[in-house]
Amino acid sequence: MTTAIELAYLFATGLFVLSLHWMGDPKTARRGVHAGMLAMLVAVLATWAKPEVSHHSDFVRHAWVIIPIGLAIWPGIWLSLVPITAVPQRTALSHAFGGLAAGLVGTAEYFHLLSANPAALTPFMMTAIVAEIILGYLTFTGSIIAAAKLQEVKWIPQRPWVYPGQNVVNLIALGVAIVLGALLIFNPNAGWAPYAFCGVIFLALNFGWMLVMPIGGADMPTVIAILNSYAGLSAVAMGFVLDNKLLITAGALDGSSGLILSIIMCKAMNRSFANVLFGAFGQVQQKAAGGEQKAYKPETPEGAGQILEQASSVVIVPGYGLAVAQAQHKVRELYDQLKKRGITVRFAIHPVAGRMPGHMNVLLAEAEIPYDDLVEMEEINSDMPQCDVCIVLGANDVVNPAARFDKTSPIYGMPIIDADRARTVFAVKRSKNPGFAGIDNDLYFLDKTFMLFGDAKAVVGELVKALSPSAGH
Amino acid sequence: MNTLFHTLLLLPGAAPDVSNPVIPDAATAAAASHGGHGSELDLIAMLFVFMLATFIGIGVIRRVSRLLHTPLMSLTNAISAIAVVGAITIAGGQDYPTPIKVLGGIALFASMTNIISGFLITDRMLKMFKSQAPAGGKS
Repeated sequence: MTTAIELAYLFATGLFVLSLHWMGDPKTARRGVHAGMLAMLVAVLATWAKPEVSHHSDFVRHAWVIIPIGLAIWPGIWLSLVPITAVPQRTALSHAFGGLAAGLVGTAEYFHLLSANPAALTPFMMTAIVAEIILGYLTFTGSIIAAAKLQEVKWIPQRPWVYPGQNVVNLIALGVAIVLGALLIFNPNAGWAPYAFCGVIFLALNFGWMLVMPIGGADMPTVIAILNSYAGLSAVAMGFVLDNKLLITAGALDGSSGLILSIIMCKAMNRSFANVLFGAFGQVQQKAAGGEQKAYKPETPEGAGQILEQASSVVIVPGYGLAVAQAQHKVRELYDQLKKRGITVRFAIHPVAGRMPGHMNVLLAEAEIPYDDLVEMEEINSDMPQCDVCIVLGANDVVNPAARFDKTSPIYGMPIIDADRARTVFAVKRSKNPGFAGIDNDLYFLDKTFMLFGDAKAVVGELVKALSPSAGH
Repeated sequence: MNTLFHTLLLLPGAAPDVSNPVIPDAATAAAASHGGHGSELDLIAMLFVFMLATFIGIGVIRRVSRLLHTPLMSLTNAISAIAVVGAITIAGGQDYPTPIKVLGGIALFASMTNIISGFLITDRMLKMFKSQAPAGGKS
């Protein structure tokens, strides 16, 4: 029986790898999801069939498994039906759940072994348990704060929340947790050990939220990717604790995925991990940006419509503002109107546009815009000088030319979409305030730039109206 | 649990009392086998698995198009909810006291929620990604 279960785990491991492999291409991606589902089903059933779980055919014991699974069905389905604009929050929340599960399993395993089999708490075992609970609990609270910020919950400030000496306080909390953990590793059975264990849990829980509170909305893609990685690594640690190679493999796949995504996000912002986590982006600049007032050139949707009609190539740069305004379906109408006139329309997607990796792609896909027209930053930039009209739609920092030349700008060196090289630029903006990073954007003051103020959905709607044949002009 | 690896790979380690008569070793081996895990050979095997899986993960994920990064994240989310394995072992295990089983039950609820919502939402998002079909079909 044990061998059969191990073989089932081996099968599931292979399927998980294939699942991610198929995920690489939009054509086979759904097959990847189905492979993942099958693998998970096999893993759950195999575990359930373990002698120590189903040895006695005693209903009460099965109830311990069936009831939590039953309770999870409704929230699981509900969370899978959230609007696409809420996907970043859902993802953060699921990292929180993953971290919580890892932390709880580590806690349960420690207290169980402490009373039932203290000899099994070897230094190696304790290292794995301590890593599991620290990663698990800090991911839990950190992700809850991330989800709350993304959901724009009232009691969480959107802007970075900072105070002097914050990094020192955070690092001390983490340092104390690690020292306590190290003490535990070598004295797992001491009288004080259970208290120290609870101390580590307490510190990890606090470190998690303190780590994310000072991080602003624009850095959320990186934070989500890092938390994704932590959730995976806590599953790996659980695998070491439970001596389960399926857990190690699946956790490592998740951990490396989070790692790669965070590297991509950091590169796309020209920043390091340390800078994202401890930099409290956007604080310093707010004062600097105050000074002189430059003039915007506003434009009406009708005027913009006339210019668009003359264009032969249009590039739309979507940003978080598009998601906030839920404007993706209106954008689709604009796309249709322009296409109908034989105008080439493409979307330039910056890797950190939106609030999580790939956020814009999913939103536009929801509006049934074919993915062939969603172009990555590196590809579109060489075409920008040939672009007649560039519509910046709720994006800000990712089109800020200061990143190219202004060495004092906090985003200096960040790769951007060269909207300023297009012949004409329309910038759709909710208000005259600077973006999330709190930085003034020179793009808006160029001679060729015209501002369309208002909610992205409303403005795009009026553009569509101005372009549609029925409009009396 | 790991008889497979013991019989296939770690044969010498499977019988440490016979092949290696040093007493402290035998004592630790006995302690380890009592708990079902923790021997050094196991540790090395697990580190191998961890390292190789990380390399495979990096190799596979690097090839995922940026287009699909959001569904990729929700899929890996669902996959890392494999923590469900640990949760079931604890919630349904026979020799755990009730307070500990409660922790396992909560963990099981949390990871099961991730599994269900993770896979379903990934599939839902992927269904939306369409290639250049008859363009502008709506208008």
